[in-house]
Amino acid sequence: MATLSAVLATTHHPFYLKATELTPPAERIPQAAEWKRKVEAYRETLTAAKPDLLVMVGSDHFHQFFLDNLPTFLIGKQPAYDATFYNEEREFGIPKYTLQGDEDLSGHMFQGLLDRGFDFAISHELKLDHSIICPIITTRPQADLPVVPIYTNIFAPPLPSARRYYDLGRAIRSIIDEYQSEKRIAAIGSGHLSLELGGPRQFGEHGPDPEWDLKAIDWLARGDVDAVLDDVTFEKLSASGNATPGFLDLVLMLGIAGPEKAAYVDDLDLFHTREMYVTWYPNGDPR
Amino acid sequence: MSKYYVDKFLYQVDRDPERLAQYKSDPAAAVDRWERELGVMLGTRDAVERTTWLSLTDEERAALIAHDYVALFELGAHYFLTLTIFIALYDEEYAARSGPLSFQREYAAKLSHWLGRQYPSVAP
Repeated sequence: MATLSAVLATTHHPFYLKATELTPPAERIPQAAEWKRKVEAYRETLTAAKPDLLVMVGSDHFHQFFLDNLPTFLIGKQPAYDATFYNEEREFGIPKYTLQGDEDLSGHMFQGLLDRGFDFAISHELKLDHSIICPIITTRPQADLPVVPIYTNIFAPPLPSARRYYDLGRAIRSIIDEYQSEKRIAAIGSGHLSLELGGPRQFGEHGPDPEWDLKAIDWLARGDVDAVLDDVTFEKLSASGNATPGFLDLVLMLGIAGPEKAAYVDDLDLFHTREMYVTWYPNGDPR
Repeated sequence: MSKYYVDKFLYQVDRDPERLAQYKSDPAAAVDRWERELGVMLGTRDAVERTTWLSLTDEERAALIAHDYVALFELGAHYFLTLTIFIALYDEEYAARSGPLSFQREYAAKLSHWLGRQYPSVAP
């Protein structure tokens, strides 16, 4: 059986590379060095788990998909994936990548999801955007492991319930646990804490709802599924910032980890948003 | 009103450097050309099939031509598409003149009358 060696739930800040490396040191934001230190410490939690392949959870930000044909849940099944769109290079300075895929696990995952009542869409020509490339840059910058990408819709309402994202995480977990393979698999998902984009609370000194951010981090740190499912609705998330429903992908990651205390929790208050770095070790802490 | 069609304009122009440059230098011509060449085609990539029933309202067209992101917000255009394309149009010149994030902060300030209120829905 495959081993789920780590589950990572992280925010994805598209400006990380630009802020900490591409900008000349003298022009960097004051938190750049601390930000880099925290990201490198978080990276160690993945490295220690010695993964052979990565199940990546993210959300296309109207890069490949649009409202003419928008999947709620989609999986890629390809031998390789191109990544980073022109407008992401333009705005964020994110480089292009080509990641290897794992068609066997993609196919097993797709069938397993259908069997468990999750009627996924599938793509055989998926290009990855920064929701997957940002965590590659932060947690596996050598970009040397095959990936199985899973996309969810977190910003074109109406959206499924928080329960549905959590249950999807539980289904992914059981599919990985039953996978006939000697491989060590890590699951990495990215989303947001409170976030405002294109609205009156954007680009402030902090995220739009710093108190909610601390509550949300605590839910994940304690694995408090009941609190999440009691308190998380699209309306409540949106009240904390119009892009805060990006938290639903972190609820999905909690579903993969299960109702367990996290092994590693860190965060960083930045302009515009708070960063968060959480890791669970479902089969024992390797550190 | 067609939020979908406004979003389609923002989506297609933002990903095309040549159309984006024209939308900056001559917005009326860029909107007119988009309506004739891309808006009327099925979906976002089709070169043959046409959509016969979609169009911009006068209010939507005027907001796009005026680069009026406040009006677009109030019409329910998607916040991510709107922010992304206007950063492409204005971030660099604002940053050179008034420092980093000055455009994004002016954008927020111009929407400040929405603080504490429920925003217009972006669902088409």
